[in-house]
Amino acid sequence: MRHYSIVYFTFFVGLLCAIFPLPMFFNGFRPEWMILLIAYWVLALPLRIGIVHAFFLGLILDILLGSMLGMHALLFALFAYFICMHYQRIRYFSLVQTTLLVGLSVLCIKLGLFWIASTQQDIILHKNYFWSIFSSMLIWPWFFLFLRMIRIRFKVL
Amino acid sequence: MKPIFSRGPSFLLRLSVIVLISLFLLLAESKFNLFTSYRLYLNSLVSPIQYIADIPQSLVTSFSRMIVTREELKIRNLRLEKENMFLNADRLLLTQLQLENKKIRTLVNSTRNFTNQRMLAEVMSLRSDPFRYQLLINKGTLDGVYLGQPVIDEVGVVGQISEVGTLTSRVLLLVDASHGIPVRVQRNDMIAIVHGGGAWNKLDMPFIQNNADLKEGDLLVTSGLGGNFPAGYPVATISHISYKKGASYADVEATPVTKLGESHYLLLLCDKKKDVSDVLEKEAKIKNAPL
Repeated sequence: MRHYSIVYFTFFVGLLCAIFPLPMFFNGFRPEWMILLIAYWVLALPLRIGIVHAFFLGLILDILLGSMLGMHALLFALFAYFICMHYQRIRYFSLVQTTLLVGLSVLCIKLGLFWIASTQQDIILHKNYFWSIFSSMLIWPWFFLFLRMIRIRFKVL
Repeated sequence: MKPIFSRGPSFLLRLSVIVLISLFLLLAESKFNLFTSYRLYLNSLVSPIQYIADIPQSLVTSFSRMIVTREELKIRNLRLEKENMFLNADRLLLTQLQLENKKIRTLVNSTRNFTNQRMLAEVMSLRSDPFRYQLLINKGTLDGVYLGQPVIDEVGVVGQISEVGTLTSRVLLLVDASHGIPVRVQRNDMIAIVHGGGAWNKLDMPFIQNNADLKEGDLLVTSGLGGNFPAGYPVATISHISYKKGASYADVEATPVTKLGESHYLLLLCDKKKDVSDVLEKEAKIKNAPL
């Protein structure tokens, strides 16, 4: 018996966490939950959760945040493609290596978002835009172990 | 184990289709504005998630309202009563002034309506796009919100409605780089346009002549010229002027009068004449009108 609904439930919780109100000061430190979730589930189930899922999650996030339609969708799909192509290799990485990889991908995605948004209007980039990279890297090992526990507990193989 | 050939289309094919779709979405929205009408449905689809994410915040505020002591309530009540009395006293004079103004205006044959219907909306402090200055509010088309509706708070203009859903809508703030508002300098009636500066308290005033009569501290109010904002609401004060030799325009900056992003309640001004159906009718008329 496979319980795929738990995957969608984690996506739902991830979307909630992505827009959850936080005080101004902590807002910059909010980890990029959706990127972490996509990274984990694509790595675990590359044949089930892939580019199309990432695209629709990005689209929902775009609407939730009120940003340009397709901005997150495009970058999340590209990210999912990257992991789909290399999942066999990444699965043998140590936790430290995957953490670095997650940090690098969050950086690339954030730069991509900035680039797409700056084609539309002039943007002043604050340095706290990039703090979430470090919080994402900090949270990734625990997040990874937690999701693996969930995956084994609910027998999502 | 799944057989290797039942995977469906390859990753690369899927990716290229998805990339094409997203590029189409990006171009369609940024260049051709195709989605302004569909945004309503899209926003309505996701508004349950937004309301769920807002639950803790609203619980906290209602809880903090519940645990106020009797003494505090008494003091607050007294203060509010006093304030109310002063405001009402001012209002007495206001009706008098309004009447007088109306009389004088009828003498010169130019009538203007000062009273607007207002609607109170609460800000949902959810995270929104870091590149845009906008707020989410808990009123939508079901409450009569429409695109381009002016939004103020008790101090001055805040912005205008940029996206609507059935239950939520978004306010584009004055300081967003894509926002512009026609203003008038209160001291000498000079008209200008104020653009968002892309920071929380910075506004730009482009195309001001080098010899323009402006001072730091001048109050800018809406001129009502664009037809979107009603005239007379305070917008910003001029914070910095510098004239450069040889440059054709002066470098003028202003700060909004309200503390944007800090107010919890906002007022939406409803233009009676500009009902949604009226706007649609007007557009239909313009489309059908002979050239």
